Amino acid sequence: MTLSAQDATEQRQKKHVRDRWLLSAPALILIIAASVGPLLIVVLYSFLAPGSYGDVKWEFSTEGWFNVLFTRDIFDDTVSLADAHFSIFWRSIKLAFATTVFCLIFGFPTAYFIATRAPHNRSLWLFLITIPFWTNMLIRTFAIQEVIRSEGIINTLLMKIGIISAPIQMMFTDFAIMLGMTYVFLPLMVLPLYASLEKLDFRLIEAGYDLYASRFGVLWRIIIPLVKPGIIAGSILVFVPALSSYVVPRVLGGGKNLMVGNLIELQFGQGRNWPLGAALSVTLVIIVLFAMLYYVRNASKSGGSAHG
Amino acid sequence: MAKTFSIKRQPGFATIAMFCFFLLYLPIATLVVYSFNSGSSIAIWEGFSLRWFQSAWNNQQVIEASVRSLQIAAVAAVIATACATLAAIATTRTAPYRGLTIKYSIINMPLLVPEIVTAVALLILFSRVKVWTGYSGLGYLIVAHAAFCIPFAYMPIRARLESMDLSLERAASDLYASSFQTFRYVTLPLLWPGILAGLMLAFVISLDDVVITEFVKSGGQDTLPTYMLGQLRRVVTPEMNAISTVFLVISLAIVTLFFFLSRTPQKDNE
Repeated sequence: MTLSAQDATEQRQKKHVRDRWLLSAPALILIIAASVGPLLIVVLYSFLAPGSYGDVKWEFSTEGWFNVLFTRDIFDDTVSLADAHFSIFWRSIKLAFATTVFCLIFGFPTAYFIATRAPHNRSLWLFLITIPFWTNMLIRTFAIQEVIRSEGIINTLLMKIGIISAPIQMMFTDFAIMLGMTYVFLPLMVLPLYASLEKLDFRLIEAGYDLYASRFGVLWRIIIPLVKPGIIAGSILVFVPALSSYVVPRVLGGGKNLMVGNLIELQFGQGRNWPLGAALSVTLVIIVLFAMLYYVRNASKSGGSAHG
Repeated sequence: MAKTFSIKRQPGFATIAMFCFFLLYLPIATLVVYSFNSGSSIAIWEGFSLRWFQSAWNNQQVIEASVRSLQIAAVAAVIATACATLAAIATTRTAPYRGLTIKYSIINMPLLVPEIVTAVALLILFSRVKVWTGYSGLGYLIVAHAAFCIPFAYMPIRARLESMDLSLERAASDLYASSFQTFRYVTLPLLWPGILAGLMLAFVISLDDVVITEFVKSGGQDTLPTYMLGQLRRVVTPEMNAISTVFLVISLAIVTLFFFLSRTPQKDNE
């Protein structure tokens, strides 16, 4: 008797779980078909030989991966390090890092400012931060281009006032890319920072002042340690898309100042070396995954200590 | 008179914040202002005119690309939202079961993978499928857009489901409503704002996409963003500003609507 009752609950439990799988099936299938699955194909392609007109030949080859690190001279087959790839990866990491730092420098005070407004005003300030985020990234990049180009508003203004006689070349430089990325990704820094600053217990700050801490002492030794999870979250959220940025360097960097994203595109376009492009993509994913893992580990660690 | 000491104040922070807001809006404002320039410069103001809006309106390519963008966004957003709604129901208000975390990770996958990599991956996949099936219509773009829109549609729907009062659904099943009836007459009406919010978010995300579209599209399938990306290489006239301004206004309208929809009903305890 009890056994069959148990059976019945078990049956119901099973049906419950099966229904849940059925309900989520469309979303899962679509994502696997158009996001996860193709990724596996990229991994596969990175181990094939390049075809003559793009695409691949169906034979196993490690040439794609070899080409990530080395170049083979066309004439005498001598092997040398692929300096171009290293310098592009290095530039991407440098630019993404600089972007993250600038976003933090501007984003932290902004998030703090929003978090210390009266509660009913906060959502409006937050809305002002998110508006640019939801407007097309290409348009925002275009807007930056308009401002900094030689015939743009900054140069025109400076020349009218007479500070400079010839326009400053800002377009097609690393500075332009960094400026553009900071502009585009800033909301990604402010939002998680705000989320942690909002939960800040101001009694702790009051206690700090009671114990004769200076403004800076309170900021450096109380506020920043308390919102560290938010700082890490925001930094990762900016660093990852900045590292794999494609539109901003394409528009603001011109043809010369490539980042990883543009290097990958090149292999599928003019380069016609799909396996190399695939291998570069996998490398990028691996770097991103490490950044994410670092974030998750830190998040769980600080979550634990907050309770302890 | 001594100023009262505020424990919340940090010197210079308000200034930096204001500067930040100023910098965020300055380029966009400039862009919008110069779309009304009567001259063909994007830096020297020559008077007010609507000629660039007119010229954009008469540009066949712009109109075609816009219509295509809207078509793709509408279909992809509906598919993504339908899938996301079902998935949200399947992953909330249930005891943890095997595979729940895997589901979460799969649903959030499109957010984690760099867009350029997804774009390349889809280029590879679809170039094969195109050869096999001979089909080269908008379907590929719609499938690609729907997939990366799912996590965006999923977020507000799930948030809504989690903040909903469970007692109404319990009451319904206490009164012998079947699980479908409970869903149809209790859950769905309450969930509706969340679904609409998800739909709009998905729509905007699809409308804005450049990278994946740029790689997946076949010849003659430019959407408005990929058309603009192509034009940015050439000499830019305020016509681009005019297109951008219209685009901005549409996105803004949708996002503002989203903002009001996704606000949880104000409770009186504040």
